[in-house]
Amino acid sequence: MNVISFLNAAVQAGTPLLFATLGEILTEKAGNLNLGAEGTMLIGAVAGFLAGMSTANPFLAILGAAAGGAFFGAIYAFLTVTLKANQVVTGLSLTILGTGISSFVGKGLNGMVVPDPIKSFFTIKKVPLLGDIPFIGDVFFKQNLFVYLGYITAIILFIYIYKTRFGLNLRMVGENPSAADASGINVDLYKYVHILLGGALSGLGGAYLSLVYVPAWQENVTAGRGWIAVALVIFATWNPLKALFSSYFFGGLDILGFRLQKYDMHVSQYMIDMLPYAATIFVLIMISMRKKKEYMPPKELGNAYFREER
Amino acid sequence: MGNTLVRMENITKVFGSVAANKDINLTVNKGEIHSILGENGAGKSTLMNILSGVYSPDSGSIFIKDNKVSINSPKDAINLGIGMIYQHFKLVDILTAKENIIAGQKGKVFINSKKLSEEIKELSVKMGLEIDPDRKVYNMSVAEKQRLEILKVLYRGAEVLILDEPTAVLTPQETEKLFNIIKKMRDEGSAIIIITHKLNEVMEVSDRVTVLRNGEVVGTVKKEDTNERELANLMVGHAIDLSVKRLEVEKKSKTLCVKNLCAFNKENIKILNNISFDVHQGEMLGVAGVAGSGQKELCDAIAGLYPVSSGEIVFQNKNIVGKNPGDIIKMGISMGFVPEDRLGMGLVGSMDIVDNVLLKYYKKQKGLMIKRKAVGVKAENIVEKLNISTPSVHHPVKKLSGGNIQKVLLGREIGLNPKLIITAYPARGLDIGSAHMVYNLLNEQKAKGVAILFVGEDLDVLMQLCDRVMVMCEGKVVEIVDPRKCSKSDIGLMMAGETLEKVAGCDD
Amino acid sequence: MIRMAERNDVTEKKAVLIRIFAVTLALLTSGLFIMFLGHNPIDVYISMLEGSFGTLYRFRETVVKTVPLVITSLGILIAFKMKFWNIGAEGQIYMGAFLGSFFALKFPNMPKGLLIPIMILAGIVGGGLYGLIPAFFKGKYDTNETLFTLMLNYIAIKWVTYLQYGPWKDPSANGFPKIATFSDNATLPKLLGINIGWVIAIILVILVHIFIHNTKKGYEIEVIGESENTARYAGINVSRTIMEAMFLSGGLCGLAGIIQASGVNNTLSVELSGGMGYTAIIVTWLSQLSAPLIALVSFLFALLIQGGSYIQTAFQIPQSAADIMQGIILLFVLGCEFFINYKFVRKKQ
Repeated sequence: MNVISFLNAAVQAGTPLLFATLGEILTEKAGNLNLGAEGTMLIGAVAGFLAGMSTANPFLAILGAAAGGAFFGAIYAFLTVTLKANQVVTGLSLTILGTGISSFVGKGLNGMVVPDPIKSFFTIKKVPLLGDIPFIGDVFFKQNLFVYLGYITAIILFIYIYKTRFGLNLRMVGENPSAADASGINVDLYKYVHILLGGALSGLGGAYLSLVYVPAWQENVTAGRGWIAVALVIFATWNPLKALFSSYFFGGLDILGFRLQKYDMHVSQYMIDMLPYAATIFVLIMISMRKKKEYMPPKELGNAYFREER
Repeated sequence: MGNTLVRMENITKVFGSVAANKDINLTVNKGEIHSILGENGAGKSTLMNILSGVYSPDSGSIFIKDNKVSINSPKDAINLGIGMIYQHFKLVDILTAKENIIAGQKGKVFINSKKLSEEIKELSVKMGLEIDPDRKVYNMSVAEKQRLEILKVLYRGAEVLILDEPTAVLTPQETEKLFNIIKKMRDEGSAIIIITHKLNEVMEVSDRVTVLRNGEVVGTVKKEDTNERELANLMVGHAIDLSVKRLEVEKKSKTLCVKNLCAFNKENIKILNNISFDVHQGEMLGVAGVAGSGQKELCDAIAGLYPVSSGEIVFQNKNIVGKNPGDIIKMGISMGFVPEDRLGMGLVGSMDIVDNVLLKYYKKQKGLMIKRKAVGVKAENIVEKLNISTPSVHHPVKKLSGGNIQKVLLGREIGLNPKLIITAYPARGLDIGSAHMVYNLLNEQKAKGVAILFVGEDLDVLMQLCDRVMVMCEGKVVEIVDPRKCSKSDIGLMMAGETLEKVAGCDD
Repeated sequence: MIRMAERNDVTEKKAVLIRIFAVTLALLTSGLFIMFLGHNPIDVYISMLEGSFGTLYRFRETVVKTVPLVITSLGILIAFKMKFWNIGAEGQIYMGAFLGSFFALKFPNMPKGLLIPIMILAGIVGGGLYGLIPAFFKGKYDTNETLFTLMLNYIAIKWVTYLQYGPWKDPSANGFPKIATFSDNATLPKLLGINIGWVIAIILVILVHIFIHNTKKGYEIEVIGESENTARYAGINVSRTIMEAMFLSGGLCGLAGIIQASGVNNTLSVELSGGMGYTAIIVTWLSQLSAPLIALVSFLFALLIQGGSYIQTAFQIPQSAADIMQGIILLFVLGCEFFINYKFVRKKQ
């Protein structure tokens, strides 16, 4: 089996997961558990596709996807931050709504082809110098621009969260919003901003599927990837750099069954499909056993914050 | 008037139907330590939460340096130079000290880690507040966390510092240290407001005192012009007998024998180190010590709620070490436990009084179903006997006031007719009247021959009420003394670990 | 300046009114959406009602949709009372269906009076054991149950998919990936034209209500939900009770699963649940953890689903539009909870 071509494909398969995971990491770092990721990805997928079809401009297509995702994030934020609704139930409701809206809007788009300007924008483009490194260059630096965007986003987010003041404030908001409030941080604002950004990233993940990976709009084009992203956040212990490699790992699992079949190894794709979830459960148990505080979920994840709590 | 830093005029704040602050006037000057004294529920915390931006007043005005201001959030307060240090620290465990300090501050986008550590180290040394800027909060001691909180506030340029019950978690010696720091800050021109209910500390460290009662100011006096008795009267509203009477009872047989008890906590620290003591029938044994000396774990261990690594707990000739509460009940042992954490351990806040009394009676009922009728009668009896103020026995317990919650808990445990009562901080948060009622109830039990283990924080009460006092420090029993022959400062020293040889004349 | 404050003055009656108002607002908003589609909202709503109980057949369909929703929601209720966030109902449904189907497929000719009870028992055990897994880890390591149960859902779904496309694939289905239809002996009997699941559901509503309010175990579950420390203080064996409760919780979901498989689909398939495990979470939440209310809310949901599928044919309104309406109603009701617990206060300057 050609390992390089497999790994290269794993990176591509993992990219939508990466964007959704990064988006969910931002949201959860702010203390909000958004189970509406699947719905948000679908909205991004259809919004990006629509924008792409109408403008044939790759930048506007991506912008459309991000805007769609952010809009959905805004609904979630309004309900859980301002109206303090239960986060789990709100997220689930949004997945229902997102699935519905995207199917509805996407009805007329079945069978349409991505416009050429966009297609050519996202063809494989080798990175000079880096792409010449044996093995690593072939796997990571002979990809399309969307994939490279993924690398950059993950690295930027890592630096943002762990090396900047804003990231520090964000972490405080998710761990102890009462302390953040007392320090003068506007808790609601931080939650809103990061939930919206998170939604935008999830939207981008969906758009990658409809504009580059498939590429086409189909009903349920995400096929549960939004849920895998929720798992990935845990697997990567809320760390964007870990998310980078974890996403590609899960991406590899996604396409493994198909590849193995070609080599007469009949492992059911469905059994392989279980692996990401089983791996995540393993990580969940491990972190709860070892109790290393830095690997735990943000302390106040899932809880609404209200200042005048008596 | 150039001296006034803070002026609060006609501040009123209402929660639901309760007026927490009624028309309050307060001034605090530069270079002054001003204590806000009052019972629990008098409105001290509410007032200070208004000043620090957590609550907003329903009416009234606030002036900082003679400028009228509107404090709508903690951020506004910080910008005005007001810094509050809460009783329950507002720190993030997994972040380091310096990260906790700079969070929420304006500055460069990228955090210069090394420079920051140096800056903070400098400031901490200058102010006499020892901390390690790179240590994670979950590795810090309580006193260190408090210093961090103070440093946090100073770093933001606070000129007005508000401390909420700062000595609750400190040994007498650490309290000394804190007061020295505060006095130094006062000398440098800061205004420091201390929220407290401890009369002796007020007299020791304040320049002026404002007394609150039932949400209103009943007096503002200079320290020189008053004394503890007068302040107590102001706090309560009438002349009160500050003393608690010890009931002399003839000591009989041993009810509880604890021998060489050892236990380890989650971080593998020996939280109970070779504890041995006895409690006799009709005796009240007090337990003194700074918070975190192992008292909580000791109570939990005896009640079967904390894992013990070695040693014995013998209750009326039965060794109950290693047994959980369910086993203990099955063994027929009658033990009452009034834990420190009332709503978090002793009661179910969302349930009513009947269902809370049920907590200790339901296991005795036969069958799968719960019979509430008989327990309902019992609940009515408790409410009547202890004069509990509640709309009915079907009212959720968490909606009762602190004193009444404690009465429900105590009433239930006493109603079990136990042979031993373990009680931790039973009068915490209660007004003086209710506190005395609690002491009387305990004395009543004592007279009936019940053995009582009394963990308390008020040394005066412990010394006046108990037959013997066991002083704990860092998980060990330092000494067991006769309070009639000891002084408070002796016990204070023991709480910090000094043994009898170093403390003269305290033999039991 | 407007601030938010908690409110304590809301009576039961007022709360109900606020919720009804929210639903009305939601219906109006959906109505706008329907108008945008080019139809008269009143016609559509009336049609939905007609579609859900206009004829005896349609009413039966609505009940058929209500039954598994009620049973699953009751299962989730038990877990939620304990503040154990069981998001794994979906997986528990599938595992119950799987174990029950095992007997249906292996012993198709066993006498009905024996086979059906065995299948039902297997369904309960299958879901129960699956619910036990996260409970065990929660008790031992305090592992986050929300995330654990969520992951288990996917494993269960993939497992059934694997069976359907692999070892249990029906050879006589012309290559179409499905599992064999259950024999008549393995099919739930009907009462009044609907599979007897509806009788089971009604009995369970009563039983669960009594269980929570009048039994010792139910009391212990509520105490644990409030505070584990208090539960231990009272002598309750917390980890064991959590496991017992989760076995019950998963068991009920598993029961719903085998009822679906045996009484509705007549086979095991990956389309068995259609997200019902998640819908049930919403139902339980909206019902404020009350068994009788669960019955009512489940029925209303079933109305929405059945009516929604009816208007697809009657008005050419796509399934996705029904999903959108459902989503809008949910969000409005979720949002209105705020007005029951908080209020806006204008601050005097």
